[in-house]
Amino acid sequence: MALELRDITLKDAGQTHLYPTDMVLEDASINVLLGQTLAGKTSLMRVMAGLDKPSSGRLIMAGEDITGVAVQKRNVAMVYQQFINYPGFSVYENIASPLRVAGVSNAEVDKKVQWASDLMRLGPQLQRKPLALSGGQQQRCAIARALVKGAGLVLMDEPLANLDYKLREELRSELPAIFKESGAIFVYATTEPSEALLLGGNTATLHQGRVTQFGPTLSVYRQPNHLLTASTFSDPPLNQLAVELRDGLASTAQGDSFELGGEALPDGSYLLGIRPDHLRLHAEADSVPLRAVVMVTEITGSESFVHVHYGDQRWVSLSHGVHEPALDSEIDVYLQPAKMFVFDPSGELVRGPRG
Amino acid sequence: MAQISFSGLAHAYGANPQVEDDYALNRIDHQWDDGGAYALLGPSGCGKSTLLNIISGLLSPSEGKVLFDGEDVTSLSPEARNIAQVFQFPVVYDTMSVYDNLAFPLRNRGWKDDRVKQRVLEVADMLDMGDRLGQRARGLTADAKQIISLGRGLVRPDVAAILFDEPLTVIDPHLKWQLRSKLKHLHQQLAMTMIYVTHDQVEALTFADKVVVMTDGKVVQMGTPQELFEKPGHTFVGYFIGSPGMNILPAQVDGSQATVCGANIDLQGCYKTGGSNVELGIRPEFCTLNNRGEGVAVEVQLVEDLGRYQIARATAAGSTVNVMVREGEHCETGPAHVSFDAQHVHIYQDGWRRESEA
Repeated sequence: MALELRDITLKDAGQTHLYPTDMVLEDASINVLLGQTLAGKTSLMRVMAGLDKPSSGRLIMAGEDITGVAVQKRNVAMVYQQFINYPGFSVYENIASPLRVAGVSNAEVDKKVQWASDLMRLGPQLQRKPLALSGGQQQRCAIARALVKGAGLVLMDEPLANLDYKLREELRSELPAIFKESGAIFVYATTEPSEALLLGGNTATLHQGRVTQFGPTLSVYRQPNHLLTASTFSDPPLNQLAVELRDGLASTAQGDSFELGGEALPDGSYLLGIRPDHLRLHAEADSVPLRAVVMVTEITGSESFVHVHYGDQRWVSLSHGVHEPALDSEIDVYLQPAKMFVFDPSGELVRGPRG
Repeated sequence: MAQISFSGLAHAYGANPQVEDDYALNRIDHQWDDGGAYALLGPSGCGKSTLLNIISGLLSPSEGKVLFDGEDVTSLSPEARNIAQVFQFPVVYDTMSVYDNLAFPLRNRGWKDDRVKQRVLEVADMLDMGDRLGQRARGLTADAKQIISLGRGLVRPDVAAILFDEPLTVIDPHLKWQLRSKLKHLHQQLAMTMIYVTHDQVEALTFADKVVVMTDGKVVQMGTPQELFEKPGHTFVGYFIGSPGMNILPAQVDGSQATVCGANIDLQGCYKTGGSNVELGIRPEFCTLNNRGEGVAVEVQLVEDLGRYQIARATAAGSTVNVMVREGEHCETGPAHVSFDAQHVHIYQDGWRRESEA
């Protein structure tokens, strides 16, 4: 029961919202759409749902072409960022509503509502009205309604964005198991890399209407094929450094140079990508020191984010523990060439981290 | 800029409050330093907005006083308190240019044009908006508008304090980084008293010198990010700060020995605890999985790989024990033991942290 997107595009009033997109979403899978606001996540979901007709290309569900099928005739459920419930109905009736519309028997309704409310831990709230619930419970109610529908495709557009941080953390850790149990194809849009990692499954990174990469979440994170993918999938932002490579020696515009190591690369210009947790404040084996100026330090108690300027580049170093170098002071930050991504000037990955 | 203090401050929305539960904000007596960066952190309904509204003057407290630099301002209107506010959503005049938006609060106070210009340019420069001053606000993105809202809050140098109410809600994660660190940088440059309300622990911890953690209308701890992380004064702080939060396990404590989930744990120092509600708290960062039988026997249910680290989610005698595991370290589901770093073990009674007796 896979969903296949074949060469899908979406244009409107001369503006391209989606460039040609091919994806196969496997049966019973979690698929995260990760990208900034306006990257095309919602456009892609609306096309998948049948709310918008693609300008070209085809949608194939379980081998059947559903490109022109209206959303009402598709087996789709959607959950939005804003919790949407019927305020006049009890939680029970809210969850039951798609089944009522489908004319399901009372006994069957009861069974399914019990199942979904157990899964979403709403048992004690079933007789209450949505507005008497916390935000987290209201969103659970909306998700439960999407689950009972038994839809083959469940689309969730930043469903946790309006919840408190801690609630989000809790619901997020429960979702993968809930998704697995329901057996549907889940598509989940988010702006947060950490959310993609927590949900697991597959991730598609989006940038300005293009899917830059699609694959198992951890492999997209560890082996991005392009600078855009690596940047989209990095929180805090990916640090970048332009270098000229000659005989294996990388030189920066600031006049620093270091051995890049590893397999030899042709001479030329490259862009190095350094994850914040690989930009260190202390020397380690094979690390390269660079002089940088401290702009600001943020401390969470367990970790420190030290923001620095290297030339006109703005970098952030993420390290365990409490480190607070003085504002505007010059410090050494340490790069580990073996852990860098090497991109060509157009952003294509030339070489990933070693080992 | 002002030092802000609360004297016997409390608020109940209903009349004749009798017990703690009747109060939206329980009694606080605090003194917040002039030029400090404070964050009010807690879940929705914890009382942080009530406290913010009392500081700004939108709400008159049912008990106690608010003082700015020792002067009682409890009955003063928001205008008379000389406070700047930045809200969750941008507040800008769409038809005005960026320049006029920033100038507005100053012109309102009768500033002369050349003085207005100097200050607006200064603030625009700090916010990297210098090249967009002539642009109309209407065409700007949500985050650019929010930056202008921040600028409008910062533009008056004479305010007693700037209040931020969840100001980064509409901002994309990658820009949140920039804005957050910008705000912190500005605070260090300007030394203005800033109060920042949020439910997001990362925002609160990274922005503030002092974080005020609230729940159920009570301030449960006020401290530096490091204090809140290393010595949570209440189990709520342990749970709320950190992702995942602190492991809180039912315990029996006898002197320097604790029994947790059937295992004996050596404590640093002696504790006198009585009653039944005794718990041991240990953060996932200070737990280590081992197969040498050390510590608490657990069953690892799930390993989440978050790229730069992993979280092993385990259970022991009905309690949840989360363990942080380094990137690349081998970790699998099934039976294991978890040992605790003794200097990061805390003992709680009825939710509150107990100091050990020497």
